[in-house]
Amino acid sequence: MVDTTSADPMRETIVWRKEDQRPSLGASAPLRAGLIVLALLSLSAVLVLPLMVVFGSVFTAGFPLVIEVLSEPDTLAALRLTLLVAAICVPVNGAVGLAAAWAVTKFDFRGKTFLMVLIDVPFSVSPVVAGLVYVLLFGAQGLMGPFLQLHGITIIFAVPGIVLATLFVTFSFVARELIPVMRSHGRQDEEAALSLGASGWTTFWRVTLPKAKWGLLYGLLLCNARAMGEFGAVSVVSGHIRGLTNTLPLQVEVLYNEYQFKASFIVASLLACLALVTLFLKSIVEHCGRMTEASFSKPHKE
Amino acid sequence: MRQSRVIPGFGLTLGLVLLMLTLIVLLPLAALALKAAGVGPRAFLVVATSPRTLAALRLSFGTAFVAALMNSGVGLLVAWVLVRYRFPGRALIDAAIDLPFALPTAVAGIALAAVYAPNGLLGHWFAAIGIKTAFNPTGITLALIFIGLPFVVRTVQPVLLEIEREAEEASALLGAGPIRTFVRVILPAILPALITGFALAFARGVGEYGSVIFIAGNIPMVSEITPLLIVIKLEEFDYGGAAVIGLVMLAISFSLLLVIHLIEATTRKAYGHG
Amino acid sequence: MAVSQSRRPILFGFAALVFGVSMGGSTPSFADTTLLNVSYDPTREFYKAFNAAFAEDWKVKTGESLTVQQSHGGSGKQARAVIDGLDADVVTLALGGDIDEIAARSGKIPANWQQRLPNSSVPYSSTIIFLVRKGNPKAIHDWGDLAKPGIGVIMPNPKTSGGARWNYLAAWAWASRTYHGDDAKIRDYIKTLFGNVPVLDTGARGSTTSFAQRGLGDVLIAWENEAFLVLDEFGNDNFDLVVPPISIKAEPPVALVDGNVDRKGTRKQAEAYLQFLYSPQGQALAAKHHFRPSLPQYVDTALMAAFPKLDLVTIDGDFGGWTKAAATHFADGGTFDQLYKPGQ
Repeated sequence: MVDTTSADPMRETIVWRKEDQRPSLGASAPLRAGLIVLALLSLSAVLVLPLMVVFGSVFTAGFPLVIEVLSEPDTLAALRLTLLVAAICVPVNGAVGLAAAWAVTKFDFRGKTFLMVLIDVPFSVSPVVAGLVYVLLFGAQGLMGPFLQLHGITIIFAVPGIVLATLFVTFSFVARELIPVMRSHGRQDEEAALSLGASGWTTFWRVTLPKAKWGLLYGLLLCNARAMGEFGAVSVVSGHIRGLTNTLPLQVEVLYNEYQFKASFIVASLLACLALVTLFLKSIVEHCGRMTEASFSKPHKE
Repeated sequence: MRQSRVIPGFGLTLGLVLLMLTLIVLLPLAALALKAAGVGPRAFLVVATSPRTLAALRLSFGTAFVAALMNSGVGLLVAWVLVRYRFPGRALIDAAIDLPFALPTAVAGIALAAVYAPNGLLGHWFAAIGIKTAFNPTGITLALIFIGLPFVVRTVQPVLLEIEREAEEASALLGAGPIRTFVRVILPAILPALITGFALAFARGVGEYGSVIFIAGNIPMVSEITPLLIVIKLEEFDYGGAAVIGLVMLAISFSLLLVIHLIEATTRKAYGHG
Repeated sequence: MAVSQSRRPILFGFAALVFGVSMGGSTPSFADTTLLNVSYDPTREFYKAFNAAFAEDWKVKTGESLTVQQSHGGSGKQARAVIDGLDADVVTLALGGDIDEIAARSGKIPANWQQRLPNSSVPYSSTIIFLVRKGNPKAIHDWGDLAKPGIGVIMPNPKTSGGARWNYLAAWAWASRTYHGDDAKIRDYIKTLFGNVPVLDTGARGSTTSFAQRGLGDVLIAWENEAFLVLDEFGNDNFDLVVPPISIKAEPPVALVDGNVDRKGTRKQAEAYLQFLYSPQGQALAAKHHFRPSLPQYVDTALMAAFPKLDLVTIDGDFGGWTKAAATHFADGGTFDQLYKPGQ
């Protein structure tokens, strides 16, 4: 479980067992302060400063320009396309990720490590290649090109190609987040529920999912963020038709290449905010979750 | 080897995973392999072992490795601070960790170049003491650290949250110093997660293109990453050559991931974790 | 029961996929005719204005409302997209070689495409000039100055940028004349020139950003229209234009994609679109966006006066056409690969 909510005195007392302040490692004040400063310094250098460059330009741009940029038809079309792609990719990869985690953590079978490596492969494939493989498969000169043309099906340089490329690059996230969580929970609870007569589906809904929901949620959020932000692979299969097959990241590039630096950073900030909205939702769900969880004893561990 | 099936759904879930894996990942990669094989063994070897390809592979895997290593350190530190300490702005920092995922990679590259270019916010300080932080392999590494940081933080964080405090306290009570307690008690527990985070950051860094080309310099044999070499092959309308380099990259990544998974499985077993 | 229920996610997944496919299949169906112009990067501003003018003109002439969609990117990448099935009605690319590739690989454009429109299908041209920091502190006036020690030259990679290929050929043409065809000296010059390049961006606009925003280098080698645009966008007070005495006539050609227009039934509109490029209005718009019109007689002399005078060599005259130039200089193992070997 990941904690993002800040110090709330009520909650601190309720869940004191989890975030307890008893003397333990790092309790000594200088060490603690030193570690915090070190962490903040390194984060500033690699994360916060670059982000400030992007967000800063929004503040210097001024409100009227922000409104003007965000109400531009091409930007709105890109926003719609990005939301559509995410709306398809996140549920599909969520379902696949759940299935993968179930198969990997609840059963032992030959080739499990191999399967897990295969699940990781989309991470390591360069976005450039991720786009290229679909062109090789579905492009006019590709393996299935003549067949698709014969039947008038368009995949590449249209929405299906963009969806496929995005599915590819976000394939691993949910499974990757779920597997460690579900593995740490073991199998006893499911076996107990089943021996008491619960159906497999009920067991999954009532026993497995409640315990794994943070991992699932977290995977979905990462999957969503990446699905919205993917640039390289989508760039290869999109065709860059303005107002039609440009996603938000591609629109950012278009604006940047037109020397509209501020506009491009405004659109980039919009993208980041979309990811932040999902993070915000996560915090709320987590907060509610902690309230209910606090009534139970220490989280179950194998 | 297969245990008696008390838990149902093995066929269904594995079937779904294999189906989608085949449709989304394996089939397209097979098309890549086919294209690469189409150039013939001799041309394959010429492309795969040309000095420029080898230099690009060394650069891509080298910078990704260094970046993942640095991310393991920084990421562990950040995860630790976020989980164990309360300080102003903590929630904000926690939320910002994920932004590298959501920001289009090109924007990340542009923003990093703005910070680390010789006339950039930090770059000009480094330039003053004679350190180049952009348009060379250092710039590439910086971009990959940015891209990979969330992986380490987010894999280590949940495990840190769940660690039993009792063992730590016992260790401290028995007179072990903080470093000893960390190495003997905490590190073993989070090591599998840390290795996973390292692997993910590494894997992601190897293939990264969008953010890197803005800060790399892209000089052949010096700062030309492998994905750029693939793009260059495509610009020459040499699909076969591009597929060969893509396949070589894939094969190396796959082997490395396999090794990392085996190491992770071993550490997990060794420490009886999970 | 458990099985039938648990199929839901799969069904949902496929429903979503099918939905995606149907969405994509139906997207191009607008009420009025739509043309797709697949172009290279520096023409964005020009075609924005030109498309609006053409749509208006077409509406007046035929009563049909028409939308022209634009796709921009690196010239080679755009050519590949058309080869791989992007539904372009017309292509307006940076290099004749890229259109040759489409003709050869997809068969959607006849091999004699260059003869179908006036002036070898080149409605406007450009050339390659220099942009330097204000006051020209490094005194850069000609191609020879670029190879002097201590000069930082910014240009994109000829492998990934159409514009950079023109840069390369212009430098080669200058060296060829200066050294009277002495191959060793020409190669030595090109080698030294590229030794002065600290960053090779993948596209023309990336190089502009490196030069103008990151403060890298002393001189940017760029398209003439891009250099003018930089002055417009970044202000006159930071940069100066330097026009070398000699450069190359960069000819970005246009072509109809027969295979696509015949399938879509848009041949009439697409042909009219390309013809409109040669009309007085089209030529004036090109000139306004700093492209040199092929038919200057149509354009106001005041507008023409803005173009600096210089000697222009041509690709056909000096390099024997694009096919030959591409094979000699830019193919794998061509002169660029032979001469440019940093880090060795």
